[in-house]
Amino acid sequence: MSVDEKMDNGRRQLLVATSAVGGAIGVAAAVPFVASLTPSERAKAAGAPVEADIGKLAPGEMMTVEWRGKPVWILRRTPEMLESLKKTDPLVSDPGSEKPMQPEYAKNEYRSIKPEFLVAVGICTHLGCSPSSKFKSGADSGLGDDWFGGFLCPCHGSTFDLAGRVYKSKPAPDNLEVPPHKYLSDAKLLIGDDGKA
Amino acid sequence: MTTKAEAVINWIDERFPLTASIKGHLTEYYAPKNFNFWYFFGSLALMVLVIQIVTGIFLVMHYKPDASLNAAGVPVAFASVEYIMRDVPGGWLIRYMHSTGASAFFIVVYLHMFRGLLYGSYRKPRELIWIFGVLIFLALMAEAFMGYLLPWGQMSFWGAQVIVNLFSAIPVIGPDLSLVIRGDYVVSDATLNRFFSFHVIAVPLVLIGLVAAHIVALHEVGSNNPDGVEIKKKKDANGIPLDGIPFHPYYTVKDIVGVVAFLFVFTAIVFFAPEGGGYFLEFNNFIPADPLKTPPHIAPVWYFTPFYSVLRAVTYPLFGIDAKFWGVVAMGAAVVIIAFLPWLDRSPVKSIRYKGPLFKAILAVFVVAFVILGYLGVLPPTPGRTLVSQICSVIYFGFFLLMPWYSKMDQCKPEPERVNFK
Amino acid sequence: MIKKLLLASVLVPAAVLASGPELHLDKAPVSNDPAALQHGAKLFVNYCLNCHGASYVRYNRLTEIGLSTDAIKDNLMFTAEKVGEQMTIAMRPAEAKAWFGAAPPDLSVIARSRASEFGSGADWLYTYLRTFYRDPARPTGWNNVIFENVGMPHILYELQGEQVAKISEKDDGHGGKAKEITLELAKPGKLSKDEYDKAVGDLVSYLVWMGEPVADKRKAIGKVVLAALAGLFVLSFALKKNYWKDIH
Repeated sequence: MSVDEKMDNGRRQLLVATSAVGGAIGVAAAVPFVASLTPSERAKAAGAPVEADIGKLAPGEMMTVEWRGKPVWILRRTPEMLESLKKTDPLVSDPGSEKPMQPEYAKNEYRSIKPEFLVAVGICTHLGCSPSSKFKSGADSGLGDDWFGGFLCPCHGSTFDLAGRVYKSKPAPDNLEVPPHKYLSDAKLLIGDDGKA
Repeated sequence: MTTKAEAVINWIDERFPLTASIKGHLTEYYAPKNFNFWYFFGSLALMVLVIQIVTGIFLVMHYKPDASLNAAGVPVAFASVEYIMRDVPGGWLIRYMHSTGASAFFIVVYLHMFRGLLYGSYRKPRELIWIFGVLIFLALMAEAFMGYLLPWGQMSFWGAQVIVNLFSAIPVIGPDLSLVIRGDYVVSDATLNRFFSFHVIAVPLVLIGLVAAHIVALHEVGSNNPDGVEIKKKKDANGIPLDGIPFHPYYTVKDIVGVVAFLFVFTAIVFFAPEGGGYFLEFNNFIPADPLKTPPHIAPVWYFTPFYSVLRAVTYPLFGIDAKFWGVVAMGAAVVIIAFLPWLDRSPVKSIRYKGPLFKAILAVFVVAFVILGYLGVLPPTPGRTLVSQICSVIYFGFFLLMPWYSKMDQCKPEPERVNFK
Repeated sequence: MIKKLLLASVLVPAAVLASGPELHLDKAPVSNDPAALQHGAKLFVNYCLNCHGASYVRYNRLTEIGLSTDAIKDNLMFTAEKVGEQMTIAMRPAEAKAWFGAAPPDLSVIARSRASEFGSGADWLYTYLRTFYRDPARPTGWNNVIFENVGMPHILYELQGEQVAKISEKDDGHGGKAKEITLELAKPGKLSKDEYDKAVGDLVSYLVWMGEPVADKRKAIGKVVLAALAGLFVLSFALKKNYWKDIH
């Protein structure tokens, strides 16, 4: 005589009810464990917006600040550098910045709020290495005569122009990410918070 | 005709004894039908083991075994526990489950062992189950002791300091042995890191292996029961014990009731009294370890106190070796002697139900002595208390060492043919 | 009888841990009223946080006692820049040790660590902060009734005023002599006695909250969990009864 044969209606209902309540409690018990895998208060505090003092940044110079543990580049572009972006337009894969790699307010030909200042997360969109600066143009750069200055990722050779746009036929799929940011004053930049999110 | 599901199971069964295992351990494992309240504690111990392992895995993700001071002057290990309590989402709950689980483990295991004592579960043919059980108890003590160092509070530090120094009492090799255990001249970062390693890897592996052996041995010989009679002696035409019922579903549904009742008490402590009145989380352990300052009174956590009292009760040197050594020997012997119960008990019956007044009286005195030893272990020693703990230690050992005589001459009642049910 | 004994051994209160001289502590008026906690937080930041850190507590946690992020930034943050930072102090532990002999302890969990058989950690702190008295023999000029030869001077004296002690000996009930200290207010402070007691009560309430900010949430969740388990117990018990009706 197997147990199944004795499965009357009352027993079935009890089994279902007990399993349902027990299962619900089991799922609830998993909540703190899953929650503990999410970023802690410490990680959130480290991810808080950071202020950058850009008052002393000379034209052509770049500074790096840490935001959420990632390098954020602030490059003060010279007029020549801005001019070079016109030349790289046909060479990059997404010249119009159609892919949402930047906030709406930075979706323009310079990928920035103020044309002069490029703010970008210095992490290659391929596999996460940090590209190095190659601001010299032409043959001096070691990247060929048609190099107009930009960034080269040492890991897999992706190249980006001075607006962080990725060149065509490179491993990286997207332009460098522009983080949310806003100007607190002419000399103070807040990275990580644009007052919109 | 076989369904898809059956086909999959057949495929597995040809390669792995899945169906056979389920039958052997659940659906066709026949357990006596007369289990009472005391028989919940085995499955509860397994349940607590699972809680400790799961919560432990998640705690290790955030805990740092590092005795050096952080920028604020607090030991990193201590600060990482408070980090878990405050900064890690849900971390406080996981930590309280783990700290309460440690005490719950011992409560459940002590009751489980006492059940064995009541119904003679250690008697032939279950001697090996009992020995595996004593080894589990030993492993559990090691696990709890080393885990207690990890929060790196004052009680963690000084408790470890005292217990490790016990080993230095062993003649000749003692001082070197305690040095090897600590890896330093005092309890230090080296000690913390090795205890962490043992607590999260080595001892749990041993513990899980022993628990598996404990259960496999049990399912080989079958469970004892409150009447202490072998149900395998009376079988029906199919070879199924007349007083046996399949473990699944009957004892699974029953044990679920026990588990839920246990969880009710457990969560009540976790959510409403996680400090356990200072017994589960000692107040002094909220002060970071300070190697230069001993707290005015240190006591081991409650579950070690009976054995700690035995240690302190020994105050006489013997054979030219000082009392410290014999205290350690007595404490070790107090645990090891439990393993010899199967050969010390010479009673014609297993269960307390059929044992005579002599055994019952001695068992009652033993329990009282054990509780008093535990109680004295949390108190600072005074001459009067030492005398009481000496008397209780003598009773403790007397219970075991005199058992071959008093268990034999007791006036036992005859065991029944079949188990009593309702 | 055995069961009763086992039960008794589990239920023995922490009071049995008694050791050393007895302490008489006043019951602290611990409150979880946001106004009291906010007042306590203000006192803590102004008087304690100069020498003692609370290095496990982040400023933004104070939003849980009803403060806005801006209020925390404007009124409570003197040393930190970001609201997610911890309540640390500028003084380095090694320097502090050189100056005070012992580094002032971190106060994050002070209320939990000061609990004893004589009372809760809050009771201890409440009594301690109200029993400082003038003692010219001490380098700081201050002593304390329940923390003899304390290293900390009376930080709140401008609020409480200055107390002086009358020290007498009395029978301790065990045949020995016990020191009895009675305090008198010699110079009044900014606050009356009742106002001062209330202020210390608020400060202690804050220290208790800070010791375990999750405590209220913990109890609230606990009630739901226990209710759910009680329901599951009824169901599983009925299920067990149903199955076991076959067993005779």
